[in-house]
This record gives sequence, C-alpha cells and structure tokens, in this order.
Amino acid sequence: MKQFEFPEISRILTPILARHGGDASRLLQVLLEVQDVCHFIPSEAIDLIAAHFGVPRVNVEGVVGFYSFLSTRPVGEYRLLFSGNITDQMLGKDELMQYLCNKLWVEPGKVSEDGLVSIGSTSCTGMCDQGPAALINGWPLTKLDHNRLDLIAELIRSRKPVADWPAMLFEVVDNIHRGDVLLGQPFEPGAAIRATLARGAKETLVEVDKSNLRGRGGAGFKTASKWSLCHAAIAEEDGGVICDVGGHPERFIVCNADEGEPGTFKDRVLLNSYADLVFEGMTVGARVVGASKGFLYLRGEYRYLLQQLEAVLKRRREAGLLGETILGQADFSFDIEIHLGAGAYICGEESALIESLEGKRGRPRNRPPFPVTSGYKGRPTVVDNVETFACAAKIAEKGAAWFAAIGTAQSTGTKLISVSGDVARPGIYEYPFGVTVSQILDDCGAEGRPYAVQVSGPSGTTISWKEFDRKIAFEDLPTAGALMVFRRKRDLFQVAQNFADFFAHESCGFCTPCRVGTELQKKIMSKIASGYGTASDLEELKRLGHILKTMSHCGLGSSAANPVLDILEKFPDMVESKLKAFAFKPAFDLDGALATARTITGRDDDWAHL
Amino acid sequence: MSEQSDRSPHPIPLPQAGEGEAVSPAGDALKKIRIATCSLAGCFGCHMSFLDIDERLFGLIELVEFDRSPLTDIKRCGPCDVGIVEGGVCNAENVHVLKEFRKNCKVLVAIGACAINGGVPAMRNNIDLWDCFQEVYCYEGGLECGQIPNDPELPLPFDKVHPISEVVKVDYFLPGCPPSGDAIWKFLTDLLNGREPKLDYEQLHFD
Amino acid sequence: MSKTITIDELAVPFKEGQTIMDAALAAGVYIPHLCHNPEFKPHGSCKLCTVNVNGRNVASCTLPAVEGQQVLSDIEELNADRLALTQMLFVEGNHLCPACEKTGNCQLQAVAYYLGMMSPHYNHFYPQREADASHHDVMLDRNRCIYCELCVRASREVDGKNVFGLSGRGIKTLLVVNSASGLLGDTDLAVTDKAVQVCPTGAILIKRHGYAVPIGQRVFDHITIKDVQTGGGDE
Ligand SMILES: Cc1cc2nc3c(=O)[nH]c(=O)nc-3n(C[C@H](O)[C@H](O)[C@H](O)COP(=O)(O)O)c2cc1C
Ligand code: SF4
Ligand code: SF4
Ligand code: SF4
Ligand code: FES
Ligand code: FES
Repeated sequence: MKQFEFPEISRILTPILARHGGDASRLLQVLLEVQDVCHFIPSEAIDLIAAHFGVPRVNVEGVVGFYSFLSTRPVGEYRLLFSGNITDQMLGKDELMQYLCNKLWVEPGKVSEDGLVSIGSTSCTGMCDQGPAALINGWPLTKLDHNRLDLIAELIRSRKPVADWPAMLFEVVDNIHRGDVLLGQPFEPGAAIRATLARGAKETLVEVDKSNLRGRGGAGFKTASKWSLCHAAIAEEDGGVICDVGGHPERFIVCNADEGEPGTFKDRVLLNSYADLVFEGMTVGARVVGASKGFLYLRGEYRYLLQQLEAVLKRRREAGLLGETILGQADFSFDIEIHLGAGAYICGEESALIESLEGKRGRPRNRPPFPVTSGYKGRPTVVDNVETFACAAKIAEKGAAWFAAIGTAQSTGTKLISVSGDVARPGIYEYPFGVTVSQILDDCGAEGRPYAVQVSGPSGTTISWKEFDRKIAFEDLPTAGALMVFRRKRDLFQVAQNFADFFAHESCGFCTPCRVGTELQKKIMSKIASGYGTASDLEELKRLGHILKTMSHCGLGSSAANPVLDILEKFPDMVESKLKAFAFKPAFDLDGALATARTITGRDDDWAHL
Repeated sequence: MSEQSDRSPHPIPLPQAGEGEAVSPAGDALKKIRIATCSLAGCFGCHMSFLDIDERLFGLIELVEFDRSPLTDIKRCGPCDVGIVEGGVCNAENVHVLKEFRKNCKVLVAIGACAINGGVPAMRNNIDLWDCFQEVYCYEGGLECGQIPNDPELPLPFDKVHPISEVVKVDYFLPGCPPSGDAIWKFLTDLLNGREPKLDYEQLHFD
Repeated sequence: MSKTITIDELAVPFKEGQTIMDAALAAGVYIPHLCHNPEFKPHGSCKLCTVNVNGRNVASCTLPAVEGQQVLSDIEELNADRLALTQMLFVEGNHLCPACEKTGNCQLQAVAYYLGMMSPHYNHFYPQREADASHHDVMLDRNRCIYCELCVRASREVDGKNVFGLSGRGIKTLLVVNSASGLLGDTDLAVTDKAVQVCPTGAILIKRHGYAVPIGQRVFDHITIKDVQTGGGDE
C-alpha cells in the first residue's frame, strides 16, 4: 500500500479544496474525492480539511466515521463491495464473494496483505434487476458470475485502473417493461416550465393541488401542501441571513435521489433516461415556492450517473431552462447542484438528507420544525422524491384534470414499480395506481407460484399469497416502489434475517431504541438461524418490535421490525421450523467459547469441551 | 422480578411457609424448604452477606435446610426448592455446576453483580485471552512459571465471563455487590411467603 | 391566563416555547430522562422521556407544549418500555458498577433503580471500547458512554472548544475527541470545563476524586432520581 507523506497529501488536497471553495456544506464532497485518490482519509488530510473549512477536526472525523464509503484506514487500491440485498443473495452472492476471495487470497472484510484489494458487502446498490451486483471503487458491476469474476480478478492482479476495465462489466440497462404517462410518453424539455410561466406560479400550485399528487418517496404526503407551506414559511432569523438572494428569504428545492430502500431502482431509471423530466419538475417547484437554488442528492451508489446528469444540467442552462432569467423571465432564476451521498440509507430520510447536504453526519433532526419551515441552512426547504418531481412536471404541462383521471380517487396518477426476485422479467413497470399485486406478478412472469411479496422494501410490508388481490395504492398497499418476489420454497426466514441485518447496519445510532434494538433483533435472528432459537426468543422479537415501533426517533427505527413481525404473523411455520428446541438455549456457543483457551493450552481432553 | 416475569414465570410453586411472618417458629419442620447455594466466578462476598442477616439466620434455619453450599460442605446438589448462585460463568466447570443447579432447583436465583452481569470478573472481557494467559503465566510479576499449564484438572476458561442467565434460565435476580443482608432477607422472606420479591428503594443497588 | 397541558390527569401550566419536559419539571412532575439537562438545548436521543401525547408516542424533551395536550407519562406500559431502554443502555456498554467511581452518583444507575431494574435482561454485548487516561486531570472511559452528547454540547456551547464529538454509526457509534492522536491529553480540555461536569454516567471522571463521598451519603443512596431532579423528597 502506498504511504502518503504530508507534503504529498497537501499536494493532493490543494486542488480539491480550491475547486470546492470554502463552504462547509462541501465537506462530504471533498472527503469522497480524497477517499478516491488515497483509498482512505489520512489523519493529516482531516486536519487540512478541518482547517480549510474552519470546522473542528472532531466534526470531520465524525463525518468520515458515519458514511460507509469513507474510511480512516486504507481499504485497498481496489475495494469491491458486493450488493447485500436478499435478491443478490438469492442469485448466489455469498458463493460468488467467497469465490473471488479465494481467487485473490483475501478474507471478506479484510484488506489483502499487499494492500491491493479488499472485498466486502454493502447495502443494496439498486441493481436488483441485473444482479448479482457489486461496486468496484464506487462503480457498479452488474450480472456477476464466475466468468466475470475471473476477469475481474485478473484485472485487479494486473493492477489495471478501473477506468480502463472493459465497458461491458459496467453495463447498466433500464429494463423498462411497462411504460405509462411518465415512461411511455414523450416529453419536450421546457414544456412544463413554459406552461407554468404562462399559467402563473399560484395557479400552478392550484393545479398540483387539484391533481392530488402525493409524494412517491413512501410517506405519501400531499405535494401541494408541502409546497404551499414552504412558500408561506418565513424563515426564522437565527444567526442572521445566511443565503438570501435579492432581499428575499431564500428557499430550497431538494430532490431526494437517495433511493436506499433495498429492492428500489426506479429513480435510477428516471435519472438515467428521464433526467429532463425530473429537473423540469424541480424547476416548476422552484417557481411555485420561490426558490432559486436546488439540490439533487444522489446516492453514492449512483455516482456513475453524475457526469451525464451534469451534462443534462449544462444543456438545460444553455437552453435557458436553468440559471439566470429562465426562458427570459426576468424574476426567475434557479439552478441545481448535485451532491453525492456516501453510503448511508438514513440519508434518504429528509431531515438526515438535509444534514448530509450541509456536510454533516446524516442524523435525523428533531421535529418540529419541519424542513418546509426550517430545512437546509435553516431555510424553508421542499424535499421530494425523484418520481414526485417527474409527476409535477407532467401536471404542470398537462393539467390537474388529466392527471387526476389516472389511478384511484385517493391515489392519482401512476406508480413506478421496481420488480425483482423470482420473476422472469425483472425491471421497471409503470401502472396506474390501483393495480393488483397479482396483475404485476402476471406481467413480470413470476416463476412458479409466488409465495410472498415484499412491497416497498424491508421497511414496507410482507404479503403472503393470500393477499395478492390487494392493490398498490395509498389506501391499501402504499409503496415507495419496490416489489420483491419470493417463490415457493424460498426461505422467508432468511429474507427477514437479511432485512434485520440491513437495519442494524444502517441505523444511524442516534437514539437508544434503534441503535441497540436493531442490533438485538439482528442477534436474535442470527441465534435462531443457527439453531439455538427458543420460543422465548420469538416473544423477545415481538417485544423488541413494539419498542422499535413506538420509541424510535425516525422512520428507520419505527419500521425496522416490520419484516420480522410480518413473518412471525403471516408465516409462523417458517420461523417455528427453525426452533430446534423450545427449552432454554444458552445465548452463546459454549463449546466454541472454549476454543481459544484450547488453542492456548493445547488441551483437547473431555474437560476441555462442553 | 416483575420485569423478568414475562421471561421466567414462577416455574413450580414453592411450599408455602404458612401465613404471617415467614420465619415464625411455627414453621413445619417436616416441610422445610431446601436451599442450595454455590459460588462460581465470584468472590464469596454474597455468601458473606448472606451471613449478615445476623440473628435472623436462626429464624431462617427453622424454616429451611441447606443442600450443597459452602455453608454445609455438601459437594453435589440434590433436588432443592431454591438454588442461589453467586458469581458469573468464566470456565467450563462453572457450566457443569450451574447446569446441575438448574436441573435440581425448582427456582434459580442469581445473586450479586457477578451472577447478573459478570461483575468485576467481567473486566477481563476487554482483554484478549492470549494476553491474559501471557500476563499471568509468562511475564515477570505474574506467576512466572514461564509456561501455560495444560493440566486437565484445571477448569478451562471461556473467551469472556458471562452472566449465568446466558447459560441457563434464571427465575429471579437479586442485584448488589454484594446485596445487603437486609436485601437478602427481604428477598427471601418474600419468596418463601409466595410473594413476588420486591426490594425497597434503598435495598436495590448495583454496588 | 396561562396555557396548560394535562400530564397524567394533572393540569400543568406552560409558557410559549417550553417543551413538555420543561413544563413538567417546572411543575415538579418527573419524567425519566438521561440525555436532557435543562441547561442545554434538548437533544432527544435516549428516548427515556417518551410520553404519549394524544395517542402518539413522542420525546417529551423535544416536543413543544401545546395548549390542551393530553399527556400520559407515569403509566405501566411506558415505564416498562423505559426500563427496556435502560436495560439496552446497560448491555450495549460495559457497566460494572462495583468498579465504577460514579456509582451512587450515576444517573443511569439511578434511573435503573427508579424503574426497578433487577437485571439487564438482554444478553450483553461486551463491546471492546477504549478507556483514555492520557489527560492529566480527566479520565475518559468509553465503556460507560451512553451517547447523550451532553459533553459534546457543553464543550461546544459553553466552553467554546469542541473537545468531544461522535463518530461511527449505529451500534458502532463512538465518542471521539478533538486531537489527531485521538487522545484526550492532546486536546485543550481543562478540568474546569463544563464538559467535564455534565456526564450523567461514569464515562468522564475527574481524576483523584474517586469514591470521595462515602457510601450512604451519595446523591442517590437514599433519594430517588425523581426527587433529586424535581426537588421533592428532601424534607
Ligand atoms: C429511513 C428512511 C429512508 C428514506 N429514504 C428515502 C429515499 O431513498 N428516497 C425518498 O424519496 N424518500 C425517502 N424517505 C422518505 C423521505 O423522508 C421523504 O418523506 C420523501 O423524500 C418526501 O418526498 P415525497 O413527498 O416526494 O415522497 C425515507 C424515509 C426514511 C424514514
Ligand atoms: S430511529 Fe434509528 S436511524 Fe432513526 S434516529 Fe434513531 S437510531 Fe437513527
Ligand atoms: S456509569 Fe453508572 S451504570 Fe455505568 S458502571 Fe458506572 S455507576 Fe454503573
Ligand atoms: S461521555 Fe458522558 S456526557 Fe459524553 S456522550 Fe458519553 S455519556 Fe454523554
Ligand atoms: S460475588 Fe457477589 S457481587 Fe460479585
Ligand atoms: S431525555 Fe428526552 S430523549 Fe433523552
């Protein structure tokens, strides 16, 4: 492993810091670049960065420690992280990871002795329709198999820069199998802005209101209400005016492209092929609430989209659709900046996202105040999902009546569903709201007879085959867009265990119930999986579920028990069959806990075993 | 106690010591309650505290009889009503003794900080077992025998010290390091009278 | 006329801007809490202060009081849940009270007594955490840290120093200090700093003061944390 001397670090950092300027909100972006170059964040770099932004060193260290893609220790010139979602696992992720580890002589999670490579797991990378997937130094690898891993091992051993690897390894396809008003109809950039300017900002808000558009990020809050609250909010003057423009209190439009919910990948497709529609929706929102600055918070896993998204922004600026005096309108300027995340599911939670945008640890804020009154830098801020903005653009262009005619009364418009798991045609399906689960299963070619479906990812709902007549709609099965299918014979306990691990890994650690509760849940699930489960463990899981649900600080903790509680309720046999004994079982492996002492003493007699 | 009751419902009702005060001399000598005690990875402090219930001990003796206990020198535990275990589990031998207690005792009580959360012996949990052995047997200032013993007579230590509740089901917990004589008295009289044991504020402490 | 909320059937007055916790403490109503300290901005992390307001659970230390709120606090279900949270705090760290200088004066321990904790209930994590004795006057033992961030807040807001901060995430959350070596001795912490006084547990201790108060005269030996923190019970 290359050692970094202080002058060299300073030489590496100077241009990076110069490019990002002095605002501490760029901290995370700077750290990502340093990690890229050095494969870790050296201690000296922390000092330099802290001094540059005028923030305490301890804060910078705290940020480095929070995000999965940053590290204070070298992670190797090549860091390969397998996507750990259950869909990847079902496609053989564990075996593939071991295969590559053997080939490269590394242990999972450790750096090879020569500092060349490390191999580990990461949370779902959003490639469930083309898994097993992984990230190599942050770039997505798809459709992994033994052949590809042979090639990858060879490329790593020959130290070929990732930029020079064959493009086929990085191919990501959209897999759109059903399009409707968002994906199936053409959109001309500028059309929604023109319509908005012609109609007027207030009137456009009325249209969005009448369309009954509700947020696509999961919570289903009515978009027009959010926008009008933000518009009406007068930012509390706390420590003076921070980023006001032209004498008006500044407001912000934020597009939530964190898409961290395992099994969800529809925002990836929107940003890859429909970016104009999304940016246009943000611009419409800016006009309505009176914002002149917007952010796209792009999850780190999707950084491969960064360059092309910047190109779209550039093209829009040149076309007069972004920047000063948009479409010649003297009082309308708005621009969009892209921020990258760095591997933290919690940053999809809107207030944690805002913290992250400010360059901090992604810790959900106390509410009230809500972001619409006090968000980014204390200013009124709208945070909406990628798909919500795409819908808003369509509504601005075509009107409320057109939109409200689609879907159901309480859930208007269409929904993008990311289908993965045991199906013949995984990918994106756009349906009017109200579609039944069984319709989707038919369309995507669910293999054999599906047994269970996970709607809206681990934080959503597990439904059994008895419930396939239920509808995708806010009034029945609300969803942020994931739909993972499990055929008969799939071990649903393993599914729930995978999700429990996910929540423990992604808990931000702020509040007691979630920090400790998700870890306890993970440990109990693992105890049951390894055959030491008892009936009292099931009671303990239910009790933990109650505490997570009712005591947690944010939505992560309060939904972290959903998959476990669902399987206990709907598939009790799946769990009980794992219980080898109903009597008490020790909390740890008694004989295993003697192994170290056996090695040290060299004993193997009867009394050295339990 | 109450918070544990969901996990360990009172397994078998104890013979009742009759109405009124537990330690009335009127206790039926034929139906004495049989108690066993032992010390695992503990310091005997809890046993010493047991003796601290002072003259009340005489009243207690009217009511109970002792099976295996450092107080009696009986070496193996037979069927008992109540088992009281001091100390955590730090080696293989502890497990054998503890399982013997669980098997023979209708009600198992963890007494003292060590039995409940590992206590002072658990301070070694932060130290690698290798380092522990080296420090004790190989380095200057230790036993200086220069060699790690491998005698099968010696109980083999676990990587970590554990509370007894992580090895067997425990019915009641009586915290303190050690619990005071008063706390033990209150606990036992509650238990012997068939009441859910409950300590007064000043009797409940972890040190 | 002053506004009121109702806590467990008791009418409690409040002033605009007060939280439920502020109002409760002012009225001598105890709601268990650990990360809250009236001298600092509310934090909301320990969740011990969770109360039920109009049917929903919320942290009383961060939620503003609003006219007419019906607050349930001292009820069996919530106290059982608070006990569970306290037990979680015990097992995620290494709390060996007999060997801790804070024992008898520790708020975590006192809350556990108040809630009648007889055992930690959950299996222990026994995490590997560092103690730091590098500072001349102050001892930092991470084994007992409950991440209340009171030291972080005190150092930032009162001492103007930023000596403490959190790093890591989830169960791997970690208290870090503001020095390249990672050692407390290399920070500008002074023993007189507010940050040294506020730790509710024995994670931050002033050296050479250990066990100064004899058993029987410690803060919580005879008086519950409820009475200490609401000023009651000292007749
Ligand atoms: C743990 C957690 C993760 C979330 N992740 C996302 C996400 O990745 N994308 C998203 O749009 N919303 C996510 N949300 C919901 C956001 O907090 C917020 O409600 C949403 O961005 C609002 O946008 P909408 O009104 O357009 O749905 C998440 C919420 C929680 C609690
Ligand atoms: S619920 Fe979990 S993710 Fe949310 S604040 Fe608490 S610890 Fe963080
Ligand atoms: S900090 Fe408190 S609870 Fe923890 S060991 Fe010390 S006295 Fe016990
Ligand atoms: S050291 Fe003490 S004050 Fe600081 S976070 Fe930990 S428990 Fe709180
Ligand atoms: S032996 Fe009694 S408390 Fe440790
Ligand atoms: S006191 Fe309110 S959350 Fe800690």
